[in-house]
Amino acid sequence: MASNVDALYIFLLIVTALMTTLIFVAILYFAARYRRQPGVRAEQIEGSIPLELTWSIIPFCVFMVIFLWGAVVYFKGRTPPRDATEVYVVAKQWMWKLEHAEGQREINALHVPVGRDVKLIMTSQDVIHSFFVPAFRMKQDVLPGRYTMAWFHATKPGTYHLFCAEYCGTQHSGMIGDIVVLEPAQYEAWMSGGSTGPLSATGEKVFAELGCSTCHRTDSQGRGPNLQGVFGKPVQLEDGRTVTADENYLRECILDPGAKRVKGFQPIMPTFQGLVSEEQLNALIAYVKSLSSAKAAGSGLAAAVDVPEKVPAGAAAKGSQVQ
Amino acid sequence: MATANNPQGERPNYLNKEYGVWSWLLTTDHKRIALLYLISITFFFFIGGFFALLIRLELMTPASDLVQADTYNKLFTMHGMVMVFFFLIPSIPAVLGNFLVPMMIGAKDLAFPRINLLSWYLYIIGGVMMLHCMLTGGVDTGWTFYTPFSTAFTNTKIVEAGLAIFVAGFSSILTGLNFVVTIHRMRAPGMTWSRLPLFIWAHYATSIIQILGTPVVAITIVLVAAERTLHLGIFDPKLGGDPLLFQHLFWFYSHPAVYIMILPSMGVVTEIIACFSRKRIFGYNFVALSSIAIAVFGFLVWAHHMFVAGMSVYAAFVFSLLSYAVAVPSAIKVFNWTATLYKGSIHYDAPMLYAFGFLGLFTIGGLTGLFLACLGIDVHVTDTYFVVAHFHYIMVGGAVMGYLGGMHFWWPKISGKLYPEGWARLAALIVFIGFNLTFFPQFILGYLGMPRRYADYSHMPEFQILNVFSTAGATVLGVGYLLPMIYFLWSMRYGKPAPDNPWNAAGLEWKTPSPPPTFNFEEEPVVTWEAYNYEVLDAPSNNKEEVPVAR
Repeated sequence: MASNVDALYIFLLIVTALMTTLIFVAILYFAARYRRQPGVRAEQIEGSIPLELTWSIIPFCVFMVIFLWGAVVYFKGRTPPRDATEVYVVAKQWMWKLEHAEGQREINALHVPVGRDVKLIMTSQDVIHSFFVPAFRMKQDVLPGRYTMAWFHATKPGTYHLFCAEYCGTQHSGMIGDIVVLEPAQYEAWMSGGSTGPLSATGEKVFAELGCSTCHRTDSQGRGPNLQGVFGKPVQLEDGRTVTADENYLRECILDPGAKRVKGFQPIMPTFQGLVSEEQLNALIAYVKSLSSAKAAGSGLAAAVDVPEKVPAGAAAKGSQVQ
Repeated sequence: MATANNPQGERPNYLNKEYGVWSWLLTTDHKRIALLYLISITFFFFIGGFFALLIRLELMTPASDLVQADTYNKLFTMHGMVMVFFFLIPSIPAVLGNFLVPMMIGAKDLAFPRINLLSWYLYIIGGVMMLHCMLTGGVDTGWTFYTPFSTAFTNTKIVEAGLAIFVAGFSSILTGLNFVVTIHRMRAPGMTWSRLPLFIWAHYATSIIQILGTPVVAITIVLVAAERTLHLGIFDPKLGGDPLLFQHLFWFYSHPAVYIMILPSMGVVTEIIACFSRKRIFGYNFVALSSIAIAVFGFLVWAHHMFVAGMSVYAAFVFSLLSYAVAVPSAIKVFNWTATLYKGSIHYDAPMLYAFGFLGLFTIGGLTGLFLACLGIDVHVTDTYFVVAHFHYIMVGGAVMGYLGGMHFWWPKISGKLYPEGWARLAALIVFIGFNLTFFPQFILGYLGMPRRYADYSHMPEFQILNVFSTAGATVLGVGYLLPMIYFLWSMRYGKPAPDNPWNAAGLEWKTPSPPPTFNFEEEPVVTWEAYNYEVLDAPSNNKEEVPVAR
């Protein structure tokens, strides 16, 4: 990603340097050549429409090239690859809490393997923050009340700065950390310690503890939708709309169940706003994702641990109807 | 009392017509109100500048040692609020615009003289509220007030600061309203739209933005205050609100507000370049219409401040495209100014040096805007020092250079006195050098990744060297800004009396005595010529010697 951005940046530097030179040389030349001289008067010139068109249209065309190139780079940077390793990020004043799909938790540091796509699913507990890794030319605001996504692909082992780039209060400048990019072998070694089990397994426990499994059953008898295979699929809503069951939709369903109710179900689910922490929400979402076979097929490390058979029938989510 | 108190036997003018505090505080003369504004905004400029100096001193070393993080956060917040709302936005319109708009179109005063005075009082009430707010604790949100930090998390004086800006905003709306009506209704006979000085076109465009944009920020501030006090749930997601809604509303005003700052400055520079090149402006119609185009397109680009805020990718495409569209009229202006120099007879008096400074700094500021409008680059450089450098090049390099150029150009008319030319040229040079030394390193800092609004960068000591350059530049810049204030004040007492038209400039304002009488013109002027009729002014018949045309 960094090399794409830098190539565009160098292109822009060249274009703007040329324009600056053109303008400055013209100004300096005219300023010197036409300085006041005794006995010489200025020559009045009305203007020139061909010239006006030239210096409107040519810059506009150059701007459009810059725009298009920038839009392509941006689009790539905003679209995480499907099979990326997932890391959940919870920002708060003034620290970064990160949790790998495999269950490892970190504060103000993130260990990732070199050469693999890493997707960040981020939310904030309080104010707006921004996840900024200058070395990866990557930045994304982290908002309370919703998920924002970002991804990167580290190409060189090393330790890189992680900054909070959106002003967030007193210790804003202390909300920094390290992105540690490891060789695959080192990464495996690092991953082997400190886990409390995969995040989806934690989510499964939360799912049972909060009583979600009472209604979201794996058969068609539940009072809530069956969550098997829901993630990433379109869902038909009671009000006729169709939405995609992504992270933000699942989050909203847990915190504000009435807002986008699935067609065919009664508004009986209570809100879990204030009852679940951001970490528990992430775990729940990781769990629901693990129920999606499409996800299981596509995801790297996450897939290995998200085997649907491990889920005891009836103990976990499920329900009657999935659109 | 009027002209009787005139021991030196000066001509009666707006300065000596009446004396005493009340003759100033209750005046409805647009020129006196302009001076009231001049004193007030200069006061706030030096307050904002003092905060800037403390910020730069703090950043000279990586650790947060001169001030604590909380203090630092309040410093940059109040630097921004004071400079934007109490200096830059009123600067050229309320001082030079107030003084010159009626004179340039041949009117006795603005359309609503009492509303003009009211606008100054609103500004002062807002300013006093802001001072009170700063002296009793201040604010630490950044001038951008981002929610939910401002509505639910900070303990500082958000509501009071917001109300100060709310009140001052009305002063800006009233000034804009007054200008629009004046320009429409009070032009002298023969002063058609195509004969208006481009300074007037620039102020017309500015006024449109002030009238249409400022109410939006007023509403936004009220919503923030309401959410903070009544927990309404407009912006705070915990209450069911949307924090991005705030950013959309805020930037809907605050992006066009940049054009409130820069358009009048462009107007000033246009007048100066024409006068000191002794030429009509190249492509008058294009320069005039580009001001209007900037005002209109300026309202359609606000979300380019939000490319990483969590907005839709497709919305970002639209706002990036429109941001490039607004760059075209700015480019047209720069090319036309440059072309005006061609075959001119260029004088290097102090105002022209400031105009050259403006051209250089505005060009750099504008071209770095291309980086920020570019989606792929913006992700990396937004919220870093790159942005800080960019907008200072526009708002300080552009707007303040233009303001100072205008002050030097019209000071003989305003005060009736001449300032020391040598010092003025020196100050222009010091400001230009100091400015570049302060802000150019910040472009590099930004691309290297230093985030803005960091009190402490001890974990990134590699950023120190560029910060030291920047701080060194800021001290030079500070000297450059102090100098004009000193010699302008000096000239009021010791300066030589100014002739009515020291630059032999076109424009109706120069056809009045220096300083002008209260109602500007002895008799209503009738205009039969184009703006910038330097050909006539410099015609051999008007001069002692025959001069051939430049080839």
